[in-house]
Amino acid sequence: MRERRSRYSGLALLRHGITGRPWQPAWRSHDLRPSYEVVIIGGGVHGLATAYYLARNHGITNVAVLDKGYLGGGGSGRNTAILRSNYLTPEGVAFYDRSLELYAGLAADLNFNVMFSRRGHLTLAHSDASLRTMRWRAEVNKASGVDSDVIDAHEVKRLVPRIDVTDEARYPILGALHHPPGGIVRHDAVVWGYARAADRLGVHLHQDTEVTGIDVAHGRVTGVRTTRGDIAAPVVLNATAGWSTLVADLAGVRLPVQTFPLQAAVTEPVQPFLSTVVVSGSLHVYVSQTARGELVFGASVDPFASYSTRGSLEFTEGLADHVLQLMPSLARLRLLRQWAGLCDMTPDFAPIMGHTEVEGFLVDVGWGTYGFKAGPVAGEAMADCIAHGRPPELIAPFGLERFARGRLLGEKGAAAVGH
Amino acid sequence: MMLIPCPNCGPRHAGEFAYVGETGARPDPATTTATEWRNYLYLRHNRADWTVERWYHRMGCRRYFLVERNTVTHEIRPPS
Ligand SMILES: Cc1cc2nc3c(=O)[nH]c(=O)nc-3n(C[C@H](O)[C@H](O)[C@H](O)COP(=O)(O)OP(=O)(O)OC[C@H]3O[C@@H](n4cnc5c(N)ncnc54)[C@H](O)[C@@H]3O)c2cc1C
Ligand SMILES: [Zn+2]
Repeated sequence: MRERRSRYSGLALLRHGITGRPWQPAWRSHDLRPSYEVVIIGGGVHGLATAYYLARNHGITNVAVLDKGYLGGGGSGRNTAILRSNYLTPEGVAFYDRSLELYAGLAADLNFNVMFSRRGHLTLAHSDASLRTMRWRAEVNKASGVDSDVIDAHEVKRLVPRIDVTDEARYPILGALHHPPGGIVRHDAVVWGYARAADRLGVHLHQDTEVTGIDVAHGRVTGVRTTRGDIAAPVVLNATAGWSTLVADLAGVRLPVQTFPLQAAVTEPVQPFLSTVVVSGSLHVYVSQTARGELVFGASVDPFASYSTRGSLEFTEGLADHVLQLMPSLARLRLLRQWAGLCDMTPDFAPIMGHTEVEGFLVDVGWGTYGFKAGPVAGEAMADCIAHGRPPELIAPFGLERFARGRLLGEKGAAAVGH
Repeated sequence: MMLIPCPNCGPRHAGEFAYVGETGARPDPATTTATEWRNYLYLRHNRADWTVERWYHRMGCRRYFLVERNTVTHEIRPPS
Protein backbone atom coordinates (compact mmCIF):
# COMPACT_ATOMS: atom_id res chain seq x y z
CA MET A 1 0.00 0.00 0.00
CA ARG A 2 1.29 3.45 -0.85
CA GLU A 3 1.68 5.60 2.20
CA ARG A 4 0.24 9.09 1.99
CA ARG A 5 2.93 11.60 2.98
CA SER A 6 1.40 14.79 4.23
CA ARG A 7 2.87 18.28 4.02
CA TYR A 8 3.61 20.33 7.09
CA SER A 9 1.21 23.26 7.32
CA GLY A 10 -0.86 25.26 9.78
CA LEU A 11 -3.85 23.19 8.80
CA ALA A 12 -2.01 19.91 9.38
CA LEU A 13 -0.92 21.19 12.80
CA LEU A 14 -4.52 22.01 13.67
CA ARG A 15 -5.78 18.66 12.38
CA HIS A 16 -3.18 16.69 14.35
CA GLY A 17 -3.88 18.83 17.39
CA ILE A 18 -7.59 18.11 17.29
CA THR A 19 -7.51 14.46 16.28
CA GLY A 20 -4.43 13.52 18.30
CA ARG A 21 -3.33 11.43 15.33
CA PRO A 22 0.42 10.70 15.46
CA TRP A 23 2.67 12.35 12.88
CA GLN A 24 4.20 10.09 10.27
CA PRO A 25 7.92 9.47 10.52
CA ALA A 26 9.79 12.12 8.52
CA TRP A 27 11.52 9.46 6.40
CA ARG A 28 11.20 5.70 5.84
CA SER A 29 13.51 2.72 6.32
CA HIS A 30 14.18 0.30 3.46
CA ASP A 31 15.96 -2.95 2.71
CA LEU A 32 19.19 -2.40 0.79
CA ARG A 33 18.73 -2.73 -2.95
CA PRO A 34 21.45 -4.81 -4.64
CA SER A 35 22.23 -1.84 -6.85
CA TYR A 36 21.67 1.91 -7.07
CA GLU A 37 22.44 4.45 -9.75
CA VAL A 38 24.24 6.62 -7.18
CA VAL A 39 25.54 5.71 -3.72
CA ILE A 40 26.32 8.59 -1.37
CA ILE A 41 28.45 7.77 1.66
CA GLY A 42 27.72 10.10 4.59
CA GLY A 43 24.32 11.24 5.85
CA GLY A 44 25.29 14.78 6.81
CA VAL A 45 24.02 17.95 5.19
CA HIS A 46 26.31 17.42 2.19
CA GLY A 47 25.27 13.87 1.38
CA LEU A 48 21.59 14.56 1.94
CA ALA A 49 21.55 17.83 -0.03
CA THR A 50 23.28 16.09 -2.94
CA ALA A 51 20.67 13.31 -2.87
CA TYR A 52 17.83 15.83 -2.75
CA TYR A 53 19.10 17.94 -5.67
CA LEU A 54 19.90 14.80 -7.72
CA ALA A 55 16.26 13.80 -7.38
CA ARG A 56 14.70 17.24 -7.68
CA ASN A 57 16.88 18.97 -10.27
CA HIS A 58 17.89 15.99 -12.39
CA GLY A 59 15.21 13.34 -11.83
CA ILE A 60 17.82 10.84 -10.58
CA THR A 61 15.98 9.08 -7.75
CA ASN A 62 17.57 5.63 -7.67
CA VAL A 63 19.93 6.93 -5.02
CA ALA A 64 21.04 5.62 -1.61
CA VAL A 65 22.53 7.67 1.22
CA LEU A 66 24.48 5.47 3.64
CA ASP A 67 25.49 6.46 7.14
CA LYS A 68 27.40 4.37 9.66
CA GLY A 69 25.50 6.05 12.49
CA TYR A 70 22.46 8.29 12.33
CA LEU A 71 21.61 11.15 9.96
CA GLY A 72 23.26 14.33 11.21
CA GLY A 73 25.43 12.40 13.70
CA GLY A 74 28.62 13.90 12.26
CA GLY A 75 29.56 17.54 12.02
CA SER A 76 26.15 18.41 10.63
CA GLY A 77 24.47 17.90 14.00
CA ARG A 78 27.35 19.34 16.05
CA ASN A 79 28.17 22.65 14.43
CA THR A 80 27.38 26.16 15.60
CA ALA A 81 25.22 26.80 12.54
CA ILE A 82 26.74 30.09 11.41
CA LEU A 83 26.12 31.16 7.82
CA ARG A 84 28.03 33.85 5.94
CA SER A 85 29.63 34.52 2.56
CA ASN A 86 32.32 37.12 3.38
CA TYR A 87 35.24 34.96 2.23
CA LEU A 88 38.56 36.19 0.87
CA THR A 89 38.93 34.73 -2.62
CA PRO A 90 36.46 35.60 -5.42
CA GLU A 91 35.91 31.84 -5.92
CA GLY A 92 34.99 31.41 -2.26
CA VAL A 93 32.72 34.45 -2.15
CA ALA A 94 30.72 33.42 -5.25
CA PHE A 95 30.32 29.90 -3.93
CA TYR A 96 29.20 30.71 -0.37
CA ASP A 97 26.95 33.49 -1.61
CA ARG A 98 24.99 31.02 -3.73
CA SER A 99 24.63 28.87 -0.60
CA LEU A 100 23.14 31.78 1.37
CA GLU A 101 20.70 32.37 -1.47
CA LEU A 102 19.61 28.72 -1.27
CA TYR A 103 19.37 28.92 2.53
CA ALA A 104 17.09 31.94 2.24
CA GLY A 105 14.56 29.88 0.27
CA LEU A 106 15.16 26.56 1.99
CA ALA A 107 12.24 26.45 4.42
CA ALA A 108 9.76 26.97 1.59
CA ASP A 109 11.65 24.65 -0.73
CA LEU A 110 11.82 21.75 1.74
CA ASN A 111 8.52 22.42 3.55
CA PHE A 112 10.50 22.40 6.79
CA ASN A 113 11.13 25.33 9.13
CA VAL A 114 14.91 25.63 9.18
CA MET A 115 14.80 28.83 11.26
CA PHE A 116 17.24 30.82 9.14
CA SER A 117 17.82 34.08 10.98
CA ARG A 118 19.69 36.69 8.94
CA ARG A 119 20.97 38.75 11.86
CA GLY A 120 24.33 39.98 10.64
CA HIS A 121 27.86 38.81 11.34
CA LEU A 122 30.73 40.76 12.94
CA THR A 123 34.40 39.78 12.80
CA LEU A 124 36.31 41.90 15.29
CA ALA A 125 39.67 43.47 14.51
CA HIS A 126 42.14 43.77 17.41
CA SER A 127 45.11 44.86 15.34
CA ASP A 128 45.97 47.04 12.33
CA ALA A 129 46.95 43.90 10.45
CA SER A 130 43.51 42.37 10.84
CA LEU A 131 41.83 45.67 9.93
CA ARG A 132 43.83 45.63 6.72
CA THR A 133 42.77 42.06 5.87
CA MET A 134 39.18 43.02 6.62
CA ARG A 135 39.30 45.96 4.21
CA TRP A 136 40.66 43.56 1.63
CA ARG A 137 37.86 41.09 2.34
CA ALA A 138 35.22 43.83 2.24
CA GLU A 139 36.46 44.99 -1.18
CA VAL A 140 36.55 41.44 -2.61
CA ASN A 141 33.04 40.90 -1.23
CA LYS A 142 31.66 44.14 -2.66
CA ALA A 143 33.18 43.41 -6.06
CA SER A 144 31.10 40.21 -6.04
CA GLY A 145 27.97 42.04 -4.95
CA VAL A 146 28.13 40.77 -1.36
CA ASP A 147 27.23 43.20 1.43
CA SER A 148 30.28 43.60 3.69
CA ASP A 149 31.91 46.64 5.29
CA VAL A 150 34.52 47.69 7.85
CA ILE A 151 33.02 49.55 10.81
CA ASP A 152 34.65 51.32 13.78
CA ALA A 153 34.54 50.44 17.49
CA HIS A 154 31.64 52.82 18.24
CA GLU A 155 29.53 51.16 15.63
CA VAL A 156 30.48 47.76 17.10
CA LYS A 157 29.33 48.95 20.53
CA ARG A 158 26.05 50.16 19.02
CA LEU A 159 25.41 46.72 17.48
CA VAL A 160 26.58 44.77 20.56
CA PRO A 161 25.97 46.87 23.69
CA ARG A 162 27.50 44.26 26.05
CA ILE A 163 30.87 44.30 24.36
CA ASP A 164 33.92 45.91 25.97
CA VAL A 165 35.39 48.42 23.50
CA THR A 166 37.54 50.29 26.02
CA ASP A 167 41.30 50.56 25.67
CA GLU A 168 41.77 48.60 28.91
CA ALA A 169 40.96 45.29 27.21
CA ARG A 170 43.86 42.90 26.69
CA TYR A 171 43.05 43.00 22.96
CA PRO A 172 41.26 46.32 22.36
CA ILE A 173 38.64 46.31 19.62
CA LEU A 174 39.67 48.60 16.76
CA GLY A 175 36.77 47.85 14.45
CA ALA A 176 35.08 44.98 12.70
CA LEU A 177 34.08 43.49 9.40
CA HIS A 178 30.30 43.78 9.33
CA HIS A 179 28.43 41.38 7.07
CA PRO A 180 24.65 41.94 7.33
CA PRO A 181 23.58 38.90 5.22
CA GLY A 182 25.20 36.42 7.66
CA GLY A 183 23.27 34.69 10.41
CA ILE A 184 22.34 31.39 12.00
CA VAL A 185 20.09 28.47 11.14
CA ARG A 186 18.78 25.42 12.99
CA HIS A 187 21.25 22.75 11.87
CA ASP A 188 19.17 19.68 12.81
CA ALA A 189 16.21 21.09 10.92
CA VAL A 190 18.33 21.51 7.80
CA VAL A 191 19.45 17.87 8.00
CA TRP A 192 15.97 16.56 8.70
CA GLY A 193 14.41 18.82 6.06
CA TYR A 194 16.74 17.53 3.35
CA ALA A 195 16.24 13.94 4.53
CA ARG A 196 12.46 14.21 4.49
CA ALA A 197 12.38 15.95 1.12
CA ALA A 198 14.79 13.42 -0.44
CA ASP A 199 12.72 10.55 1.00
CA ARG A 200 9.57 11.98 -0.58
CA LEU A 201 11.29 12.00 -3.97
CA GLY A 202 12.21 8.32 -3.64
CA VAL A 203 15.77 8.40 -2.30
CA HIS A 204 16.66 5.57 0.13
CA LEU A 205 18.20 6.69 3.41
CA HIS A 206 20.08 3.91 5.18
CA GLN A 207 21.25 4.59 8.73
CA ASP A 208 23.44 2.14 10.69
CA THR A 209 25.04 1.14 7.40
CA GLU A 210 28.81 1.45 7.40
CA VAL A 211 30.82 1.29 4.21
CA THR A 212 33.67 -1.15 4.79
CA GLY A 213 34.96 -1.55 1.24
CA ILE A 214 34.84 0.09 -2.16
CA ASP A 215 35.17 -2.06 -5.27
CA VAL A 216 37.25 -0.72 -8.13
CA ALA A 217 37.83 -2.59 -11.41
CA HIS A 218 40.01 -1.25 -14.24
CA GLY A 219 40.20 2.19 -12.63
CA ARG A 220 36.39 2.45 -12.27
CA VAL A 221 34.27 2.17 -9.19
CA THR A 222 31.78 -0.71 -9.32
CA GLY A 223 30.18 -0.69 -5.90
CA VAL A 224 30.53 -0.63 -2.14
CA ARG A 225 30.53 -3.18 0.65
CA THR A 226 28.63 -2.39 3.79
CA THR A 227 27.87 -3.94 7.14
CA ARG A 228 24.41 -4.75 5.72
CA GLY A 229 25.48 -6.18 2.38
CA ASP A 230 27.05 -5.26 -0.95
CA ILE A 231 25.72 -2.68 -3.37
CA ALA A 232 26.63 -2.32 -7.03
CA ALA A 233 26.85 1.29 -8.25
CA PRO A 234 28.57 3.13 -11.11
CA VAL A 235 28.80 6.36 -9.09
CA VAL A 236 29.91 6.62 -5.46
CA LEU A 237 30.26 9.94 -3.63
CA ASN A 238 32.43 10.29 -0.54
CA ALA A 239 30.78 12.92 1.70
CA THR A 240 32.14 11.77 5.03
CA ALA A 241 33.93 14.92 6.28
CA GLY A 242 36.18 13.95 9.22
CA TRP A 243 36.31 10.32 8.10
CA SER A 244 36.88 11.11 4.41
CA THR A 245 40.49 9.93 4.19
CA LEU A 246 39.51 6.54 5.64
CA VAL A 247 36.75 6.13 3.05
CA ALA A 248 38.94 7.40 0.20
CA ASP A 249 41.63 4.88 1.23
CA LEU A 250 39.08 2.11 0.57
CA ALA A 251 39.06 3.20 -3.09
CA GLY A 252 42.84 3.68 -3.16
CA VAL A 253 42.61 7.47 -3.33
CA ARG A 254 44.74 9.68 -1.11
CA LEU A 255 43.50 13.07 0.04
CA PRO A 256 45.31 16.13 1.41
CA VAL A 257 43.08 16.09 4.47
CA GLN A 258 43.79 15.85 8.17
CA THR A 259 41.17 15.34 10.87
CA PHE A 260 40.99 17.73 13.83
CA PRO A 261 38.31 17.90 16.52
CA LEU A 262 36.43 21.16 16.98
CA GLN A 263 34.62 21.88 20.23
CA ALA A 264 31.65 24.04 21.03
CA ALA A 265 29.59 24.86 24.12
CA VAL A 266 26.24 26.32 25.02
CA THR A 267 24.99 28.21 28.09
CA GLU A 268 21.71 28.20 29.93
CA PRO A 269 19.09 30.31 28.16
CA VAL A 270 18.83 34.00 29.04
CA GLN A 271 16.85 36.97 27.74
CA PRO A 272 17.73 37.96 24.18
CA PHE A 273 20.50 40.59 24.21
CA LEU A 274 22.80 39.61 21.35
CA SER A 275 21.35 40.18 17.93
CA THR A 276 24.39 39.49 15.73
CA VAL A 277 27.03 36.80 15.44
CA VAL A 278 30.31 38.01 17.00
CA VAL A 279 33.68 36.53 16.06
CA SER A 280 37.14 37.35 17.32
CA GLY A 281 40.00 35.80 15.40
CA SER A 282 42.66 37.01 17.82
CA LEU A 283 40.81 35.59 20.82
CA HIS A 284 39.89 32.42 18.89
CA VAL A 285 36.28 32.62 19.97
CA TYR A 286 32.85 33.32 18.57
CA VAL A 287 29.37 33.62 20.01
CA SER A 288 25.75 33.88 18.93
CA GLN A 289 22.43 33.67 20.74
CA THR A 290 19.83 31.11 19.70
CA ALA A 291 16.10 31.70 19.40
CA ARG A 292 15.80 29.89 22.77
CA GLY A 293 18.16 32.38 24.39
CA GLU A 294 21.17 30.10 24.83
CA LEU A 295 24.59 31.47 23.96
CA VAL A 296 26.47 29.21 21.57
CA PHE A 297 30.27 29.45 21.71
CA GLY A 298 32.89 28.06 19.41
CA ALA A 299 36.63 28.32 19.07
CA SER A 300 39.51 27.05 16.95
CA VAL A 301 40.16 23.38 16.32
CA ASP A 302 41.97 21.33 18.96
CA PRO A 303 45.75 21.72 18.66
CA PHE A 304 46.48 18.19 17.38
CA ALA A 305 44.99 15.75 14.85
CA SER A 306 42.52 13.28 16.35
CA TYR A 307 39.41 11.17 15.73
CA SER A 308 38.16 11.57 19.30
CA THR A 309 35.02 13.58 19.96
CA ARG A 310 35.68 14.04 23.69
CA GLY A 311 35.54 17.52 25.13
CA SER A 312 38.47 18.88 27.14
CA LEU A 313 38.82 21.12 30.18
CA GLU A 314 41.50 23.13 28.35
CA PHE A 315 38.84 24.13 25.86
CA THR A 316 36.29 25.33 28.42
CA GLU A 317 38.89 27.23 30.42
CA GLY A 318 40.30 28.95 27.36
CA LEU A 319 36.82 29.67 26.07
CA ALA A 320 35.59 31.23 29.30
CA ASP A 321 38.72 33.36 29.52
CA HIS A 322 38.32 34.66 25.96
CA VAL A 323 34.57 35.23 26.14
CA LEU A 324 34.93 37.26 29.33
CA GLN A 325 37.57 39.44 27.73
CA LEU A 326 34.97 40.39 25.13
CA MET A 327 31.87 40.50 27.33
CA PRO A 328 32.75 40.72 31.03
CA SER A 329 29.08 40.86 32.01
CA LEU A 330 28.62 37.17 31.10
CA ALA A 331 30.73 36.05 34.07
CA ARG A 332 27.85 34.46 35.98
CA LEU A 333 26.33 32.52 33.11
CA ARG A 334 26.52 28.75 33.42
CA LEU A 335 27.58 26.40 30.64
CA LEU A 336 25.05 23.65 30.02
CA ARG A 337 26.81 21.47 27.49
CA GLN A 338 30.10 21.02 25.68
CA TRP A 339 30.81 18.71 22.76
CA ALA A 340 33.15 18.06 19.85
CA GLY A 341 32.87 17.12 16.19
CA LEU A 342 35.45 16.11 13.59
CA CYS A 343 36.69 18.49 10.93
CA ASP A 344 38.42 17.55 7.67
CA MET A 345 41.08 20.22 7.25
CA THR A 346 42.80 20.91 3.91
CA PRO A 347 46.10 22.81 3.46
CA ASP A 348 44.37 25.84 1.84
CA PHE A 349 41.21 25.96 4.00
CA ALA A 350 39.06 25.36 0.93
CA PRO A 351 37.01 22.25 0.13
CA ILE A 352 37.74 19.48 -2.39
CA MET A 353 34.89 18.76 -4.77
CA GLY A 354 34.57 16.69 -7.92
CA HIS A 355 36.22 13.71 -9.59
CA THR A 356 39.17 11.63 -8.44
CA GLU A 357 41.56 9.43 -10.39
CA VAL A 358 39.12 6.51 -9.86
CA GLU A 359 36.36 6.97 -12.42
CA GLY A 360 32.92 7.23 -10.84
CA PHE A 361 34.38 7.86 -7.36
CA LEU A 362 33.71 11.49 -6.43
CA VAL A 363 34.52 13.54 -3.36
CA ASP A 364 32.81 16.36 -1.54
CA VAL A 365 35.19 16.76 1.38
CA GLY A 366 37.64 19.14 3.08
CA TRP A 367 34.83 21.08 4.72
CA GLY A 368 36.87 21.73 7.80
CA THR A 369 35.23 24.06 10.28
CA TYR A 370 33.11 25.93 7.73
CA GLY A 371 31.14 23.36 5.74
CA PHE A 372 27.66 23.62 7.14
CA LYS A 373 26.98 26.92 5.43
CA ALA A 374 28.01 25.30 2.14
CA GLY A 375 25.63 22.32 2.38
CA PRO A 376 22.98 23.60 -0.04
CA VAL A 377 25.35 24.89 -2.73
CA ALA A 378 27.65 21.87 -2.46
CA GLY A 379 24.64 19.54 -2.82
CA GLU A 380 23.37 21.48 -5.81
CA ALA A 381 26.80 21.53 -7.48
CA MET A 382 27.66 17.88 -6.75
CA ALA A 383 24.28 16.77 -8.10
CA ASP A 384 25.00 18.76 -11.26
CA CYS A 385 28.48 17.24 -11.43
CA ILE A 386 27.08 13.70 -11.15
CA ALA A 387 24.24 14.31 -13.61
CA HIS A 388 26.46 15.88 -16.29
CA GLY A 389 29.71 14.05 -15.66
CA ARG A 390 31.75 17.24 -15.14
CA PRO A 391 31.95 19.86 -12.40
CA PRO A 392 29.92 23.05 -12.97
CA GLU A 393 31.84 26.33 -13.31
CA LEU A 394 31.11 27.34 -9.71
CA ILE A 395 33.12 24.46 -8.21
CA ALA A 396 35.77 24.00 -10.92
CA PRO A 397 38.43 25.76 -8.77
CA PHE A 398 37.88 23.27 -5.91
CA GLY A 399 39.06 20.12 -7.73
CA LEU A 400 41.42 17.61 -6.12
CA GLU A 401 43.93 18.11 -8.94
CA ARG A 402 44.69 21.66 -7.72
CA PHE A 403 47.14 20.22 -5.18
CA ALA A 404 49.08 18.29 -7.81
CA ARG A 405 49.16 21.47 -9.94
CA GLY A 406 50.15 23.68 -7.01
CA ARG A 407 47.11 25.98 -7.45
CA LEU A 408 45.99 26.32 -3.86
CA LEU A 409 43.17 28.68 -2.97
CA GLY A 410 44.28 30.40 0.23
CA GLU A 411 41.12 30.96 2.25
CA LYS A 412 42.97 30.86 5.54
CA GLY A 413 42.49 34.56 6.21
CA ALA A 414 38.73 34.11 6.12
CA ALA A 415 38.29 30.64 7.57
CA ALA A 416 40.93 30.16 10.26
CA VAL A 417 38.72 30.48 13.34
CA GLY A 418 36.24 27.62 13.53
CA HIS A 419 33.08 28.05 11.41
CA MET B 1 44.52 15.51 29.71
CA MET B 2 47.33 14.12 27.62
CA LEU B 3 50.91 13.70 28.79
CA ILE B 4 53.64 13.91 26.15
CA PRO B 5 56.90 12.14 27.01
CA CYS B 6 59.66 14.59 26.17
CA PRO B 7 62.91 12.58 25.93
CA ASN B 8 64.68 15.42 27.71
CA CYS B 9 62.18 16.59 30.35
CA GLY B 10 59.99 13.57 30.88
CA PRO B 11 56.19 13.47 30.68
CA ARG B 12 54.61 16.94 30.57
CA HIS B 13 51.18 18.35 29.91
CA ALA B 14 50.36 18.46 26.18
CA GLY B 15 49.72 22.21 26.40
CA GLU B 16 53.48 22.79 26.71
CA PHE B 17 54.07 21.30 23.29
CA ALA B 18 53.34 22.16 19.70
CA TYR B 19 52.06 19.39 17.47
CA VAL B 20 54.09 19.30 14.28
CA GLY B 21 52.42 16.36 12.63
CA GLU B 22 52.92 13.21 10.62
CA THR B 23 56.43 12.48 9.54
CA GLY B 24 57.67 11.17 6.26
CA ALA B 25 60.91 11.09 4.37
CA ARG B 26 61.60 14.48 2.79
CA PRO B 27 62.39 14.00 -0.89
CA ASP B 28 65.76 15.22 -2.08
CA PRO B 29 65.07 18.64 -3.65
CA ALA B 30 67.81 18.02 -6.21
CA THR B 31 66.22 14.91 -7.68
CA THR B 32 62.53 15.05 -6.76
CA THR B 33 59.75 15.57 -9.29
CA ALA B 34 57.13 18.29 -8.78
CA THR B 35 54.51 15.63 -8.10
CA GLU B 36 56.60 13.88 -5.46
CA TRP B 37 57.29 17.21 -3.79
CA ARG B 38 53.61 18.20 -3.71
CA ASN B 39 52.59 14.80 -2.41
CA TYR B 40 55.13 15.28 0.37
CA LEU B 41 53.79 18.76 1.12
CA TYR B 42 50.07 18.05 1.04
CA LEU B 43 49.10 14.38 1.32
CA ARG B 44 48.56 12.92 4.78
CA HIS B 45 47.79 9.37 5.91
CA ASN B 46 45.46 10.70 8.59
CA ARG B 47 45.06 7.25 10.13
CA ALA B 48 42.50 6.45 12.79
CA ASP B 49 45.06 4.28 14.53
CA TRP B 50 48.66 4.41 15.77
CA THR B 51 50.64 7.16 14.01
CA VAL B 52 54.22 8.31 14.32
CA GLU B 53 54.32 12.08 14.63
CA ARG B 54 56.61 14.93 15.58
CA TRP B 55 56.11 17.19 18.59
CA TYR B 56 58.02 20.26 19.72
CA HIS B 57 58.61 21.13 23.38
CA ARG B 58 57.67 24.77 22.88
CA MET B 59 57.49 25.82 26.55
CA GLY B 60 60.32 23.58 27.72
CA CYS B 61 63.60 22.40 26.29
CA ARG B 62 62.60 23.25 22.70
CA ARG B 63 63.46 19.87 21.37
CA TYR B 64 61.76 18.21 18.40
CA PHE B 65 61.13 14.49 18.88
CA LEU B 66 58.94 11.60 17.73
CA VAL B 67 56.10 9.93 19.59
CA GLU B 68 53.71 7.21 18.56
CA ARG B 69 50.13 8.17 19.38
CA ASN B 70 46.81 6.48 18.81
CA THR B 71 44.63 9.10 17.14
CA VAL B 72 41.42 7.48 18.42
CA THR B 73 42.27 6.75 22.07
CA HIS B 74 45.15 9.24 22.55
CA GLU B 75 47.33 6.52 24.09
CA ILE B 76 51.03 7.23 23.63
CA ARG B 77 54.00 4.90 23.38
CA PRO B 78 57.64 5.39 22.42
CA PRO B 79 58.07 4.95 18.66
CA SER B 80 59.04 1.40 17.79
C1 LIG C 1 31.80 22.29 16.79
C2 LIG C 1 31.66 22.60 15.34
C3 LIG C 1 31.22 23.86 14.93
C4 LIG C 1 31.07 24.16 13.58
N1 LIG C 1 30.55 25.36 13.24
C5 LIG C 1 30.25 25.61 11.94
C6 LIG C 1 29.57 26.81 11.60
O1 LIG C 1 29.22 27.61 12.46
N2 LIG C 1 29.30 27.05 10.28
C7 LIG C 1 29.68 26.16 9.30
O2 LIG C 1 29.43 26.43 8.12
N3 LIG C 1 30.31 24.99 9.61
C8 LIG C 1 30.59 24.69 10.90
N4 LIG C 1 31.21 23.51 11.24
C9 LIG C 1 31.63 22.58 10.18
C10 LIG C 1 30.45 21.75 9.69
O3 LIG C 1 29.78 21.18 10.78
C11 LIG C 1 30.92 20.65 8.75
O4 LIG C 1 31.81 21.16 7.78
C12 LIG C 1 29.75 20.01 8.03
O5 LIG C 1 28.75 19.64 8.95
C13 LIG C 1 30.19 18.82 7.22
O6 LIG C 1 29.04 18.18 6.74
P1 LIG C 1 29.15 16.81 6.01
O7 LIG C 1 27.78 16.45 5.55
O8 LIG C 1 30.20 16.90 4.95
O9 LIG C 1 29.73 15.79 7.08
P2 LIG C 1 29.12 15.19 8.42
O10 LIG C 1 27.92 15.91 8.88
O11 LIG C 1 30.26 15.05 9.37
O12 LIG C 1 28.63 13.78 7.94
C14 LIG C 1 29.52 12.75 7.60
C15 LIG C 1 28.82 11.45 7.89
O13 LIG C 1 29.59 10.38 7.33
C16 LIG C 1 29.33 9.25 8.11
N5 LIG C 1 30.36 8.24 7.83
C17 LIG C 1 31.68 8.33 8.14
N6 LIG C 1 32.32 7.21 7.74
C18 LIG C 1 31.38 6.40 7.17
C19 LIG C 1 31.42 5.10 6.58
N7 LIG C 1 32.56 4.40 6.47
N8 LIG C 1 30.25 4.58 6.11
C20 LIG C 1 29.09 5.27 6.21
N9 LIG C 1 29.01 6.51 6.77
C21 LIG C 1 30.14 7.06 7.24
C22 LIG C 1 29.32 9.78 9.54
O14 LIG C 1 28.59 8.92 10.40
C23 LIG C 1 28.67 11.15 9.37
O15 LIG C 1 27.29 11.16 9.71
C24 LIG C 1 31.40 23.19 12.59
C25 LIG C 1 31.86 21.93 12.98
C26 LIG C 1 31.97 21.61 14.34
C27 LIG C 1 32.45 20.25 14.74
ZN1 LIG D 1 61.55 18.96 26.87
